[in-house]
Amino acid sequence: MAVIEIKNVAKRFGDYQALHDINLTIDDQEFMVLLGASGCGKSTLLRIICGLETASEGEVWIGGKRVDHLPPKDRGISMVFQNYAVFPHLTVFENIGFGLRMQKLPNDQVKRRVERTAGLMHIDQLLKRYSGELSGGQRQRVAVARALAMEPDVILMDEPLSNLDALLRMEMRAELKGVLAESNTTAIYVTHDQVEAMSMADRISVMHEGKIVQAASPIEVYRDPAAEFVAGFIGNPPMNFLPATPAGAAGQWSVAGQTLHGPNAGKDLKFAIRPEDLTLADQGFQARAKVVEPLGAHLLVTCEVEGHQFRAILDSETQVRMGDTLTLAPQDGRGRWFDPATTLAVS
Amino acid sequence: MTAETTDVAEVGANTRKAGQYVYIAAVVLLCAWVIVPLYFLLINTLSSPEAVNSYPKPFIPEFDLGSLTFFANFAGILTALKNSILVAALTMVMSIAIGAPAGYALSRFEFRGKELFRLLILLTRAFPLPLLALPLAVMFIRVGIDDTIFGLALVHTTLAIPFAVLITFSLFSGIPIELEEAAWTLGCNRLTAFQKVILPLVLPGITASAIFAFVISWNEVFAAAVLTIENRTLTAFLLQNLDTSPLHLKFAGGFILVVPALIFIFAVRKYLFAMWGIANR
Ligand SMILES: Nc1ncnc2c1ncn2[C@@H]1O[C@H](COP(=O)(O)OP(=O)(O)OP(=O)(O)O)[C@@H](O)[C@H]1O
Ligand SMILES: [Mg+2]
Repeated sequence: MAVIEIKNVAKRFGDYQALHDINLTIDDQEFMVLLGASGCGKSTLLRIICGLETASEGEVWIGGKRVDHLPPKDRGISMVFQNYAVFPHLTVFENIGFGLRMQKLPNDQVKRRVERTAGLMHIDQLLKRYSGELSGGQRQRVAVARALAMEPDVILMDEPLSNLDALLRMEMRAELKGVLAESNTTAIYVTHDQVEAMSMADRISVMHEGKIVQAASPIEVYRDPAAEFVAGFIGNPPMNFLPATPAGAAGQWSVAGQTLHGPNAGKDLKFAIRPEDLTLADQGFQARAKVVEPLGAHLLVTCEVEGHQFRAILDSETQVRMGDTLTLAPQDGRGRWFDPATTLAVS
Repeated sequence: MTAETTDVAEVGANTRKAGQYVYIAAVVLLCAWVIVPLYFLLINTLSSPEAVNSYPKPFIPEFDLGSLTFFANFAGILTALKNSILVAALTMVMSIAIGAPAGYALSRFEFRGKELFRLLILLTRAFPLPLLALPLAVMFIRVGIDDTIFGLALVHTTLAIPFAVLITFSLFSGIPIELEEAAWTLGCNRLTAFQKVILPLVLPGITASAIFAFVISWNEVFAAAVLTIENRTLTAFLLQNLDTSPLHLKFAGGFILVVPALIFIFAVRKYLFAMWGIANR
């Protein structure tokens, strides 16, 4: 049983505030992904949970026990480092078995567990090598195997697959998720790869400038972003934004010449729509195509609507040329609304 | 146009050639500066006492062990040699025992006045030993460690510590903190992480800086001459007998002093470069 509770955690490096008042509860055996742009404080939060960094304020609880004052080894966690940290003076075998040897497990048990985790990570051929003789991706897998071999209650992973090629990454992603689900481990997984986040997470915490902007299931983060930042960050490409002004009647909004139904609010809002939620229609936004990118599965068209950049994902058979004017209609129920003052979602 | 470019190219080539000659000449000169005296030392050590004292001097060694045998049999010399080794070994142990933790702290912890502290370590080398020698001698007599191996080793340790600190500082800085952190998350505390991860990685470098401390003590003559009377080290002994001893004894003594120092420094040169790289920053 390892629930992780982060209560009012803040972190300052001198004058620089890396984390602001973080509150987050991660359930037992949950797979939580921290997603955010480079420098938003993901690693810092992970290091605080791990005990490698002390929070300036706040508390960290693991499994119902306050752990702020405990050294990393007494927190029941293991960690995969962003830059692998594979010990250069030990073979792959001894690297993976390092923690087990510290626990003074008998040799045959160490051997069994090392070989099993090495198998999971497809590095069983490399057990005799030293880290200097491995590629970046192989080193990364050694680091993951080393953490898994500990069979911890909580595993913290800082971009553990960032150095693998696309195919291997997809394979390891599925495998890692399977292994963790089987082992009843609570996992926090840092990445800035959205696809990875969407595909692996039970819940995603989107971080921005040292704050958690939204913590919710992948589909909720995608469909109902809690803030403008999330809407503009998640999705490839992310949501389109257009200014909306009240159009007389309550709940009626004028957006780029169209009248749309929206929330009741007394001030200007922003209308947001995903590129794939747009269809060609007789009535809709007048969009002038500026860049047309055939991506195989579909067609990505970057247009301009009343001076605002506007992207649409259309069927790959659609005939569009640069300079064409398209009429794009938002699908019913897919539009979202944000308050420009607070940047939060309005419904 | 073409003529002009070839001209320019030629001038360039000539300048480059001239530069190369200067460079080669400088290298030859520097090498000669170091090697020629060493060569004379070698010839005279490996020649018979008669040849050393005769004129003209030989230019090729005779490979006669007469001088070395004379040196070995000279009264008191073996005791002096033993003292030198003991003091140097003690210096080596103490300077690493004190210097390596300081180097570790400098590389791993942030504290106020860290830069100043590093500068101060270097500055201790700027303090002239002769100024210290007399008060030190007085103090050593009061404490009762005058004319002892330990007392002299203490002084030599002070001389060697700045180097020990700077070399180990650069060693520890070269090891990513993540390696240690990884060990911490895998069940180590600070001490066991140091033992199992850091120590194996820095051991070659620590050995090098220990050897360097040894050489510093081995070569030191001033403090040795002032602070010891009965228990002279080899350097102090040779200095004391400089005007009374025969020429071949001086050569043999010089040779015995220089050779270990040379070999050791050659063995650890890589780490000395590392130290300067850091110290010059
Ligand atoms: N020891 C430190 N001293 C000062 N500032 C730091 C320190 N560690 C991190 N920071 C700052 O804190 C911020 C967050 O850093 P962090 O490493 O958590 O980012 P990240 O989200 O992991 O980024 P990335 O995706 O690039 O790994 C950065 O602006 C960084 O410069
Ligand atoms: Mg990071």
